[in-house]
Amino acid sequence: MSMPWLNSALYAALQTLPGIPIAPPRASTVAEGVDELYYFLTAITLFFTITIFTIIFYFMVRYRRRSKEDQPPETVMNLRLELTWTIVPTLLCVVIYVWSASLYFRNSRPPNNAMEVFVVGKQWMWHIQHPEGVREINELHVPVGVPVKLTMTSQDVIHDFYVPAFRIKHDVLPGRYFSIWFQATKTGRFHFFCSQYCGTGHAAMIGWVEVMTADDYAAWLAGGTRGETMTQAGERLFHQYGCSTCHLRDGTGRGPSLEGQFGKPQKLRDGQSPVVDEGFLRRAITQPNSMPIPNYAPVMPSFQGQLNEEQILQLIAYVKSLGEEERKGKSK
Amino acid sequence: MSAAVAEAPPATRVDYLNADYGVKSWLLTKDHKRIALLYLGSITVMFFVGGALAVLMRLHLIDPAGGLVQPDTYNKLFTMHGTIMIFFFLIPSIPAVLGNFLVPMMVGAKDLAFPRINLLSWYIFIAGATLALYALVAGGVDTGWTFYTPYSSTYSNTHVITMAVGIFIAGFSSILTGLNFIVTIHKMRAPGLTWFRLPLFLWAIYATSLIMILGTPVVAITLLLVGLEKWLHVGIFDPALGGDPLLFQHLFWFYSHPAVYIMVLPGMGVVSEVIACFSRKRIFGYSFVAFSSMSIAVIGFLVWGHHMFVAGQSIYAGLIFSLLSFLVAIPSAIKVFNWTATLYQGSISYDAPMLYALGFIGLFTMGGLTGLFLASLATDVHLSGTYFVVAHFHYIMVGGAVMAYMGGIHYWWPKISGRMYPDMWARLAAAIIFIGFNLTFFPQFMLGYLGMPRRYATYPAEFQVLNVMSSAGATILGVGYLIPLIYLIWSMRYGPIAPANPWRAKGLEWTTPSPPPTQNFDVTPVVTEEAYAYGPPRPAAEGAHD
Repeated sequence: MSMPWLNSALYAALQTLPGIPIAPPRASTVAEGVDELYYFLTAITLFFTITIFTIIFYFMVRYRRRSKEDQPPETVMNLRLELTWTIVPTLLCVVIYVWSASLYFRNSRPPNNAMEVFVVGKQWMWHIQHPEGVREINELHVPVGVPVKLTMTSQDVIHDFYVPAFRIKHDVLPGRYFSIWFQATKTGRFHFFCSQYCGTGHAAMIGWVEVMTADDYAAWLAGGTRGETMTQAGERLFHQYGCSTCHLRDGTGRGPSLEGQFGKPQKLRDGQSPVVDEGFLRRAITQPNSMPIPNYAPVMPSFQGQLNEEQILQLIAYVKSLGEEERKGKSK
Repeated sequence: MSAAVAEAPPATRVDYLNADYGVKSWLLTKDHKRIALLYLGSITVMFFVGGALAVLMRLHLIDPAGGLVQPDTYNKLFTMHGTIMIFFFLIPSIPAVLGNFLVPMMVGAKDLAFPRINLLSWYIFIAGATLALYALVAGGVDTGWTFYTPYSSTYSNTHVITMAVGIFIAGFSSILTGLNFIVTIHKMRAPGLTWFRLPLFLWAIYATSLIMILGTPVVAITLLLVGLEKWLHVGIFDPALGGDPLLFQHLFWFYSHPAVYIMVLPGMGVVSEVIACFSRKRIFGYSFVAFSSMSIAVIGFLVWGHHMFVAGQSIYAGLIFSLLSFLVAIPSAIKVFNWTATLYQGSISYDAPMLYALGFIGLFTMGGLTGLFLASLATDVHLSGTYFVVAHFHYIMVGGAVMAYMGGIHYWWPKISGRMYPDMWARLAAAIIFIGFNLTFFPQFMLGYLGMPRRYATYPAEFQVLNVMSSAGATILGVGYLIPLIYLIWSMRYGPIAPANPWRAKGLEWTTPSPPPTQNFDVTPVVTEEAYAYGPPRPAAEGAHD
């Protein structure tokens, strides 16, 4: 059902309309597909709206009451007509559903090679940190043409990270990690918004995505680094908060060794074996007793409230890095 | 059913309005018609309070920097507007006013099954509404009408609990009303009034009542849990206490999505009555229209997750909720096609109720079709949480439900008040409302696609043109709603005396004088024909088609 030429032509036409803005800028790989579906739905809406309005107006004029004595003929049931206008919309809905669901499914899975950026929403600003250690507020610098995965959480209430030009959005929840991704297709500055109501400053939780060329991005990154990557910051916290006193590398400590654990299933006492991912580690840090591990006494204290969300992300980055060389070695 | 009922001179005839006088005769009445008027008065107050809040919001949004109030105040404005309009106007509107007045008359009964419970439901509603208004006057609530946790349960310092208790209480009024209607429609139909001779308004009210009694307890429990968390710090929804904020959204939408059908299904019932009367035709595909109401009520309970496509539910849940949401669109489409087909070969007059009903069909069609954008997962990701959603649900709730309510009030006003309203003014108001409505809400579709999030007290300057258009429309819409308020009140005293059946309509309610006597019917009517027998006279023995 893809008609790229029509899609581009419509987009170009909407951009050139004078006066009232009608279409948002289109600046990601996802946006094109979403717009295509949007145009199709608009066409369906216009078709049915115009048809219904036309028929009603025609009937209103054609069958207007001429005298009180008018005696319209008896309404006759027409099963064929009823079935037609039941089945045709149903088929149409199935077509739209299959199209939109498959597009959504494709759009929601980030490519494996995506570069990672971490987003923390809090009343009423966005804290963004890059793995290289650069941190920014209400600004997100990214290179053009590179898939970028945002891993997002909230420090307080529910927020929502929304970039209209990329046609992406996801709620940002306290205590959970959600990821969205995009690949910018053009350089420039694009709005991002908080689109889940979060209190007094909700409308001020606005920022800019700055899409740069690869060179500009590298220069920007070099200029902003404070000398400590997220992993290094995590390592510092790992020692500062005493994690290293129990989680010994050789596994002889009071807690399990974290070497090479990321991405592998971890057996719990309740018999489940969830995969160790960002969400697992966050829970292990903030509510360790909710997930006791066989052969280890549940003695780890909770770090809820002692670490802020950015620090937890740094710790996770560090744990992720443990045994990464080994993992990379194996895959070679 | 003969329309020619001999009418005594109005000065001497005793009807439900002049049967008794004094405040006590109203506040202790068990007459469903008087209770309907009590509801009419109370929800009219709520409608204009909610409307005034909307006008303030639209004035504020003319300026991108927010010209009128502080952000906190703006947040309270949209919260109170939504809460009052939904829980204290739209949900009770057609059921509690027109349903109360008409259900017993349409089934040929003297009253509802439980007249005392009916009066009780109004007192419960007033208790809830009073708390809501108190919350407004005391400083307002700023959570949005959706009360999302943990903002509502932990972070907001406004009168959340007062408002939640108000809604909790008002919910029982809804449950009792629904119960009363279901029992009445089951047990009190006049001899000969079989299920498939029922006016479609009753099918719609029946479907609505099912949602009321099955859905409302869920929102009551949910609000109770928010209260428990806020008061006693029991961790239910706040992750900091070990709760799950998504649980709240599931519970909330499990009621609040079907609640949309509580608002719009009765409107569909009204439209069926009005279209049939003013085109002098039996509704095309009667049984399809009747069953579509029932299937909307059932499927409507299974689509709540479409409010949460970007909220963090699994993408597989999203896939299923999306499919079910498309399914619920089909019965609505069937209704639109059948109403349109009813006009074919009719004798169509453009009285005010008909203008509202035709307006309903157009606006509801647009509201329904734009719903497809939001049921579609890929486009919903871009559009959810933006003004597109605001525009969509206003097309359904205002363009749909309120238009139908206005149409219904005008259609049955002669029966309710015994007076006619000025016809020209009524048609003019209907036209103004239609134009003002579209000017207010159509630009909001465009704003949403451009990416303007809802609930923004201030906004980037590029959205200003469309916002100004929307605000201009809102003033027209506001005037449109004030005109009927004035001439309907005027007509109660000065309007021409209404005959028993000014529209030459079919239906039992038109066989009794206007306004009806307290007992509705002197003799229990016997029904010998199908609903909407506007066609050429024929022997009853032929029986009903379909």
